[in-house]
Amino acid sequence: MQPSKRLCDTPAMTFAIDGWFAIDHDGVRLLGTRCADCGTVCFPPRHGLCPDPRCGGTELHEVRLPRRGRVWSYTNACYPPPAPYVAAEPYEPVTLAAVELDEAGIVVLGQVTGLTVAELEVGMELELTSGPLADGPQVWMWRRAS
Amino acid sequence: MSVVVLGTGMHPWGKWGRPFVEYGVAAARAALDDAGVAWTDVDFLVGADTIRNGYPGFVAGATYAQALGWSGARIASCYAACASGAQAVDIARTRILAGLCEVALVVGADSTPKGFFTPVGGDRPDDPDWLRFRLLGATNPAYFGLYARRRMAVHGSTHADFAAVKVKNARAGSLNPMARYRRPVTVEEVLASPMVADPLRLMDICATSDGGAAVVLASEEYARRRGTTPLVRLAAVATVTPSFPSAVLELPNFATDSWAAVPPPERPFRAAIAHAAYEEAGVGPEDVSLAEVYDLSTALELDWMEDAGLCPPGEADKLLRGGETAIGGRVPVNPSGGLASFGEAVPAQAIAQLCELTTQLRDRAGPRQVRRPRVGLAVNQGLFGHGSALIATR
Repeated sequence: MQPSKRLCDTPAMTFAIDGWFAIDHDGVRLLGTRCADCGTVCFPPRHGLCPDPRCGGTELHEVRLPRRGRVWSYTNACYPPPAPYVAAEPYEPVTLAAVELDEAGIVVLGQVTGLTVAELEVGMELELTSGPLADGPQVWMWRRAS
Repeated sequence: MSVVVLGTGMHPWGKWGRPFVEYGVAAARAALDDAGVAWTDVDFLVGADTIRNGYPGFVAGATYAQALGWSGARIASCYAACASGAQAVDIARTRILAGLCEVALVVGADSTPKGFFTPVGGDRPDDPDWLRFRLLGATNPAYFGLYARRRMAVHGSTHADFAAVKVKNARAGSLNPMARYRRPVTVEEVLASPMVADPLRLMDICATSDGGAAVVLASEEYARRRGTTPLVRLAAVATVTPSFPSAVLELPNFATDSWAAVPPPERPFRAAIAHAAYEEAGVGPEDVSLAEVYDLSTALELDWMEDAGLCPPGEADKLLRGGETAIGGRVPVNPSGGLASFGEAVPAQAIAQLCELTTQLRDRAGPRQVRRPRVGLAVNQGLFGHGSALIATR
């Protein structure tokens, strides 16, 4: 986790949410926060109080979270999810994975690109990328680790 | 000093398409009749809110009080996701324990749309419940699917184990006139139902239903004056939150807390809810005669059995397979038929769980009666860190 420096060399891309992930020269990174007092990291980024009630820290700095992790669990959506999700037509099941990030002790949920549930396993290594939602904007996604 | 469940009442679960108030009032009147208490003698009414039925749903206490006829009773309305009903029970119980009232009515009812629960209206990018749909298409069953797959990987549960939960609960539900689904099912039928959120199929996942439930609570002194027997005591209501760092991905979150700087607590959230209730009631899991657990999915029933301490981690499937959790087994789980037979009517559900515990403890459950129950446990978990455990004893 390095100090934050926002970089995005694809200005034409719209992000489905601002400030949760960045597309750097060396890949996609989730943006979290780290408490200056106790080092606890959070995703999504949090402002105000450290989530540890025994810490009380108030300085939470943006950090880039590890790109890789291992599958904690996975599933899919065999039926098109309802609005505000915009489902592709024709609809292909969306695959979801909850991934435990290396060294961060945190599990992050995301869509999976390029893998179906039949190809996933608990414990398998994935890495972060991004991809478009059906209506265009980019969101973070997991893919098979390179 | 203790609080007693004086009466219970329900409106049958289904997909009736009527206003929620009708279900709530029907349940309330049934509970008052069962208790032998006139509405005008009730000191305090608590309504568990529904968020899908407009303003009357947000002020459920006042809505039911007006529908029953303004009586001057004090009221409260509360929302706590799936734990709304338990929290409503807790508010009434606390007021009785404080000596501020003697007899209270608690009501919850819902009228639900067909299909997936969706976020409540409008574009709200600051609301995680809205965002999880917008960014990921992560419905409630998606989270149930994650837990189920995790269980298969960690404990070796199979699709057939999950189906066996449904078969057991459908059999119990077939004996319950308040249940929505009353047809027994086979493992083959469950396994042939369409996949919804891998590894969970349609018949593994609870439906969304219309329904209503109510209880009349009173001080033990009030019940004794009236000669009520047997006395079913509400021995505990636990509504604890998770402890940091919560290391299990919970609805509607995108991530867990991080456990890199501080190790996870001894008890994850679900276990903590049940543990708090045991501590409060002064009983342990070994004392439980029956349990109503929140089977949003078949797999979650197995998780809950372990979290509630009814068996060690990874052994719930074995208990199920041995028939120990069926009616007539060592510790019947969801003898009402559970969410599998009812479907979820959010604000009514935790109250319905208490109705079942009470009916069983009074030996009034007819063909689904558990043998000589003494301690009943009901556990439940909702969104955003709300959950509940109730213990009733006789």
